[in-house]
Amino acid sequence: MATFDNPTQTQTVPRTSPPPPDEAQLVEQAKQGNLDAFTTLVNRYDRKILRLTQHITGNRADAEDALQETFLKAFSHLKQFQGDSRFYTWLVRIAVNESLMKLRKRKTANAVSLDEPVETEDDSLPREIAAWDPSPEERYAQQELREILDRAVQSLPPIFRTVFVLRDLDQLSTEETAEALNLSVSAVKSRLLRARLQLREKLSKYFKRGNHS
Amino acid sequence: MSCRKLLSEISNYLDGEIDPAARRELEEHIAKCPNCWVVFDTTRRTIQIYQGCCEPYPVSEALQTRLRDALKKLCEKTQTEESQTKKS
Repeated sequence: MATFDNPTQTQTVPRTSPPPPDEAQLVEQAKQGNLDAFTTLVNRYDRKILRLTQHITGNRADAEDALQETFLKAFSHLKQFQGDSRFYTWLVRIAVNESLMKLRKRKTANAVSLDEPVETEDDSLPREIAAWDPSPEERYAQQELREILDRAVQSLPPIFRTVFVLRDLDQLSTEETAEALNLSVSAVKSRLLRARLQLREKLSKYFKRGNHS
Repeated sequence: MSCRKLLSEISNYLDGEIDPAARRELEEHIAKCPNCWVVFDTTRRTIQIYQGCCEPYPVSEALQTRLRDALKKLCEKTQTEESQTKKS
């Protein structure tokens, strides 16, 4: 039986695969026109970017187009990325702009810029104050639950849902979210609070105790 | 702490971005105010449910191919332009 303190055996243990190249290295190679390096970055982040573009646009075709535009724009402007922030934060900023452009093109009622002044705080005051069951989400099939959650997010103004997706789903820090959206930290905090409270209100209709519709 | 003040601090509390004195006041308040307890508890669970259900979206093979082709085209175009600039 192999032992861990035998140096000769340690030397014959097959080497594990090399660690993945670090991000700064990939970005540097991509800046020199190395498409394989850039494709590695794409593969690392495309699912998260798609979740973001889908949540902002609320439309799969627009979300996919926004994702493609994001990576094309990132590749052609890569030399402008100075490495002051994380590459992903820089990518998010492009993805948010591309998604908002799609929204504006569709001229939906909520198509606005992230700088739009927000309404009064009363829109987040709780009206539904009912306790939830211990695991109310189990009342719904996975697909149905997903639809309930998506509908609730889609009903938020874009300025709130974008902050919510970045902070609570992507788990970017408050500072990173502020940087990606070009907002102040206090604006991020205020929008996140209101997004969370409004979502809570919407989900209460489905999850409150005794509601088995 | 008033109910309205508590409402404005829920996010900061859940994110651990609250100073110790306000944290203590908030905890004392929700311990004796049933309505605020419900709002606090359901807000916390709203975040948990989203985090448990909204994994990053799968990217279809068709979209991957479309993106790869577009990037390749862009890369070739950039290289051609760069070599023309060098020649002139």
